[in-house]
Amino acid sequence: LVFTEEDKYGLYSNLLFKYFLAEGIVCGHDLFVASAKEHPDNILKELPAPLLDDTCGKELGDEAAAVKSEDFQESMKIAWRYQNLPKMEASPTTYTKFGHYYDVSKKMSPELRQSVKWHSFYLHEELSLEPETKAWNMNSGYARLLQSIQRIISQEGFDGSDPQKKQRNVLRIGIQSLGSILWGDDVCCSDTPEDPHSLTKFLYVLRGLLRKSLSACIITVPAHLMQNKAIMERVTNLSDTVVGLESFIGSERETNPLYKDYHGLVHVHQIPRLNSLICDVSDTKDLAFRLKRKQFTIERLHLPPDLSDTVSRASKQDLAGSAKLLSSGCGAMAIGKKHLDF
Amino acid sequence: QGQFTLLRDTRTDGSFLVHHFLSFYLRAGCKVCFVALLQSFSHYNVVAQKLGVSLAAAKERGQLVFLEGLQSCLDLLFGEEEQPGQPSPLQFLSCRELRALFDFVRASLAPADGQAWNGPVLLLDDLSLLLSLGAAPVAVLDFIHYCRVSVCCQLKGNVVVLVHSNEDSEDEENELVVNSLCHHSDLILWAQGLATGFCKDVHGQIKIIKRLSLRQAAEQDVVQIYQYKIQDRNVTFFAPGLSAAVL
Repeated sequence: LVFTEEDKYGLYSNLLFKYFLAEGIVCGHDLFVASAKEHPDNILKELPAPLLDDTCGKELGDEAAAVKSEDFQESMKIAWRYQNLPKMEASPTTYTKFGHYYDVSKKMSPELRQSVKWHSFYLHEELSLEPETKAWNMNSGYARLLQSIQRIISQEGFDGSDPQKKQRNVLRIGIQSLGSILWGDDVCCSDTPEDPHSLTKFLYVLRGLLRKSLSACIITVPAHLMQNKAIMERVTNLSDTVVGLESFIGSERETNPLYKDYHGLVHVHQIPRLNSLICDVSDTKDLAFRLKRKQFTIERLHLPPDLSDTVSRASKQDLAGSAKLLSSGCGAMAIGKKHLDF
Repeated sequence: QGQFTLLRDTRTDGSFLVHHFLSFYLRAGCKVCFVALLQSFSHYNVVAQKLGVSLAAAKERGQLVFLEGLQSCLDLLFGEEEQPGQPSPLQFLSCRELRALFDFVRASLAPADGQAWNGPVLLLDDLSLLLSLGAAPVAVLDFIHYCRVSVCCQLKGNVVVLVHSNEDSEDEENELVVNSLCHHSDLILWAQGLATGFCKDVHGQIKIIKRLSLRQAAEQDVVQIYQYKIQDRNVTFFAPGLSAAVL
């Protein structure tokens, strides 16, 4: 269960959402799309087109080859102590062929889209069809969504209930803007919501459904609107992976020269620890994203070297405060509130 | 009298302690009732096998009673109408009453004829989830109290419960439950993330508090602190600052 906290204007989290669905189509998985904001048909029309393997591989291959040949000759003269550190790869290397790359400027072709079976749940259509729901003590929109998901899972055999089916497929579920007022839940508008347990109960039942079937799910939530932080804590405990996107639009970081290459930060709050005592923690915890014309990339946060000697106190304090978790890779900056002036 | 052990985690995941206690008590030959609310049976089974215990075999021979919360929840909501004499232990999802859960616990740990186990144990993962699912904090504390009376006092068994907590947490209900349980526990194992942030070699620190003051008036609590690193089949503990990466 991948839980995404939306950025303020929902631009980038929507993009991640579409990537998840597009990947499903390219891999041949079935899709289930639920939303209360846009009709799922429209969402599906906007999925990015996949980059064809050969062109993409070639592009990245060329770049990587060029970089490698340069670096090889250089040996560091001043910062020779750093020579022994492994070269930092900012973006994913070409030899890891996990997943696909997408071109954000193009839409996915209708033929490709129709190659998989997909189901949709548009809240405003559903509610008008069946007004009755069992007394689950939960928000009726959520209850309807759960019933719909469960129906698809058992009908299409994702829970292994049909032994006749030879080819087992995966169901990718995408739920957009859960918890927003459009779902009938006031957890995002008020400090003391009417039914604070609806969202968490929904997640619990969804977790049960996911564990018992071959499915994966991404949910986006406008967490920045939630005033009751206790619910966010509970929701985090109920999810497997929690990722937050913080975009720089409209915040003071947009003009901060240290962040000029990026459009926002990625906060990984939690990663799954399933079937094992340990979990797969990556080396670095500072990730940032940027949206180029064709690509949306997530990279390690690189700070440019601090070359100017008139950097004002304010921006340094700002950075130090916000960069508490900087890993040792960015060795140039001083960490902590005090700086040593060289 | 049996012991009440509280497992607590802050800023990190303390579930490795649950896996440890599960395999520990099963290997000791105790009858275990495991109320697993958060993860599926196969998750615990896979980890237990790495630790050398087979949950499926324990279930077969009646040593382990496993309540898989996620499955029971699905049965309750999507299954057929329940029989009147057998309320689902997860009934609190609809009626906010934890009575059915307690009855389930008591029934599963009641001594049965022909079975001689080394003492009953109740293991619960995790209690904070009950609050998320609609139970009131007072109901949760009552439930624990009933369990303690039934398992620790009457059956002379042990109870182990996992809760999550956070500093500056805004979840007041959870903090209430956790603080109250801390006061009534015989032993507290508190897994904390390191205050200095993430580290590859030291995953966290564990504080072991033996609450001797609970049973005897003049005694002081004994507090020990170790740091730990979790590996695939094992967890290694060491004194703070002496991790293998440093030495």
